[in-house]
Amino acid sequence: MKHTISILCDDIPGVMTRVSGLFSRRGFNIESLSVGHTEVSGKSRFTIVVKGDDRVLEQVRKQLQKLIHVIKAWDIKQDDAVEREHALIKIKLEDVKKHELLQIITAAQARIVDSSGPIWILEVTGDTRSVDNAFNLLNDYNILESIRTGKIAIERETSRFISG
Amino acid sequence: MKKGKFTGARIIVKSLEAQGVEVIFGYPGGATLPIYDELAKSSIRHVLARHEQGAAHMADGYARATGRLGFCMSTSGPGATNLVTGIATAFMDSSPVVAITGQVPRPLIGNDAFQEVDTTGITIPITKHNYLVQQAKDLPHCLSEAFYLAGSGRKGPVLLDIPKDVQLEEFSLNQVKRPLLEGYNPTIKGHPGQIKRALGLLKNAQKPVIIAGGGVCHAEAQEELKQLAERGDIPVVYTLMGKAAFHNSNPLCLGMLGYHGRVEANTAISEADIILAAGTRFGDRSTGPLGSFAAQAKIIHIDIDPAEISKNVSAYLPIVGDVKNIIGRLADLIPTIKHPDWTTHLKEVAKNHPLREIKKGVMTPHILTVLKEIAGDPILVTDVGRHQIFAAHYFPVESGRSFITSGGLGTMGFGVPAAIGAKLGHPEKNIVDIAGDGSFMMTCQEIATAVEEDIPILVLIMNDYCLGMISQLQDAFYGKRYEACRFGKNVDCAKLAESMGAVGIRVSREKEIAPAIEKGLSEDKPCVIDFILEDTPNVYPMVTGTSLMEYVE
Ligand SMILES: Cc1ncc(C[n+]2csc(CCOP(=O)(O)OP(=O)(O)O)c2C)c(N)n1
Repeated sequence: MKHTISILCDDIPGVMTRVSGLFSRRGFNIESLSVGHTEVSGKSRFTIVVKGDDRVLEQVRKQLQKLIHVIKAWDIKQDDAVEREHALIKIKLEDVKKHELLQIITAAQARIVDSSGPIWILEVTGDTRSVDNAFNLLNDYNILESIRTGKIAIERETSRFISG
Repeated sequence: MKKGKFTGARIIVKSLEAQGVEVIFGYPGGATLPIYDELAKSSIRHVLARHEQGAAHMADGYARATGRLGFCMSTSGPGATNLVTGIATAFMDSSPVVAITGQVPRPLIGNDAFQEVDTTGITIPITKHNYLVQQAKDLPHCLSEAFYLAGSGRKGPVLLDIPKDVQLEEFSLNQVKRPLLEGYNPTIKGHPGQIKRALGLLKNAQKPVIIAGGGVCHAEAQEELKQLAERGDIPVVYTLMGKAAFHNSNPLCLGMLGYHGRVEANTAISEADIILAAGTRFGDRSTGPLGSFAAQAKIIHIDIDPAEISKNVSAYLPIVGDVKNIIGRLADLIPTIKHPDWTTHLKEVAKNHPLREIKKGVMTPHILTVLKEIAGDPILVTDVGRHQIFAAHYFPVESGRSFITSGGLGTMGFGVPAAIGAKLGHPEKNIVDIAGDGSFMMTCQEIATAVEEDIPILVLIMNDYCLGMISQLQDAFYGKRYEACRFGKNVDCAKLAESMGAVGIRVSREKEIAPAIEKGLSEDKPCVIDFILEDTPNVYPMVTGTSLMEYVE
């Protein structure tokens, strides 16, 4: 099953290696990983999406929790959380009917961030499903490059944060 | 140096002194010379090993024998990689070792400089935590954190990698940051509700068993365990790491469980209705095949490390916390109970399944028996192989911290250096290493260290000119195709020991065993006795099937 693991930790060198090592040594492939600062200085938050056996992942979560600089590691339940992902997509316009593409862009809820030349850059934000959906719609066009940030997720209501 | 200013190297040695460190085991190199220069001015004893692996095992042996932190040190690059086996050994058995490694100067890091390796990268999976110290002013809090982490909660090795220029850098103490370990709060006290529930289960049990693991030894909970077992009339089995957790001759003691476990111990596990597992991680050598392990039992699992709960075996009732605290509570609260049917049944099993008879002769079980008669209650250290399992079965242990073995990693070559460390921790005790000839030759150069540093240990080599445990496996599972397990008979281990300044004795006749051991124990020099085994039986019982109850005995 797919899991979304959230990790609150100290923002210091080496944390990433320690965290990812616990997955790789068990042969897990991390589907996405995003990390950044939080509202408290010196603390970062990881969101990791990974597929795997529930029992083994619970074991990984406990091992993550054991890392000295991890303050908390927990499995986010999809229903209780707001999730977002961001993608940038580069499309080559030649032979494309612009008004048709514009319609698709609207349908995909994408935004044009750069349309200065024959190559446009679009952005999409949403939960993983809607970003997947945007890619499906745009697939018929000439996508030169695309990148996704990986998911970030935050729970509704209850704050997990242990203030520091 | 200006007043109020310190160099990194100075503060390292000062911190060690403040910590009360008596001894540090090490091997120098360019990247640690500033520390050695300071160490020379200190009262801390430095034991110069002959190999960094030896230094690490010495620190580990010291830690296991005393419960205090063991310290080792090496230079960068090959020095650090040589420490790795020793650190991993300590990690697998939760031994509180602090390792200090030199690193190339900061401007060279990452450039493939001479003797540069990514020491912290290499040791992440085998340390409880590690540090690459970036500035001298970080040293005071990194060092105190490292000491605290290694020795608290679930103990384990911590490594500090310190670039040479950080050792030389000057700083003033008022620049020092305070340690902050927000994410590290080991649970010590067991949850009272869980303890109450455990008590309920134990009171109603018909066939209770306690599994004593290495955690009982680390926590020094022997007295509490004895009380609980005796009041509750609960038989005790031990893991290899938990051998010193319970007086081996106590009538409730069923011996070691697991892959090489006693039949009565494995029977007890297989038939029990309630198992209280204390300070054990249910390693595969203890459980055998998981699918059939303790199939009838509800398991109460006490461990200081929450990540051990339900890792290998599902816990019906987990209690996270210090084993001493929790067993102590249970022992206080448990009423006097008797399980005569259960204990009689297990005694019957034991009677029907004794260990193989000890024949007189130059053979490991007999040598162990003679040693027990002469040495009483020494600290027994072992290497890894057939002799190790013989020691677990044939050498009863009475007190805590008196059986030291590499259980988790199974590191051949652990014995001699670990014995040296143990002797420095307990100079008043006899320290005896039971070694195989294969294991001995992996770190035998440390005999020279023991001689030079005046550390009188006794090493008994069970010499079969063979990797006995390997031949046993080939015997059982590879159609007796013995491959790569026989040694030539060229090495004379007694002479080898003598050449390093130790006393060397070669024993090939039964009547020489006792006099040799007596002589060895009375020497004030290290002594190596090379027992040329006249017969080299395999060690049994051994589980060969898909459950603990399918075995050869
Ligand atoms: C460093 C290391 N290498 C290899 C092994 C695999 N191994 C386990 S037991 C054993 C044989 C040990 O031989 P010896 O020390 O002579 O003891 P014996 O089994 O003969 O009593 C070997 C090679 C190991 N445990 N450790």
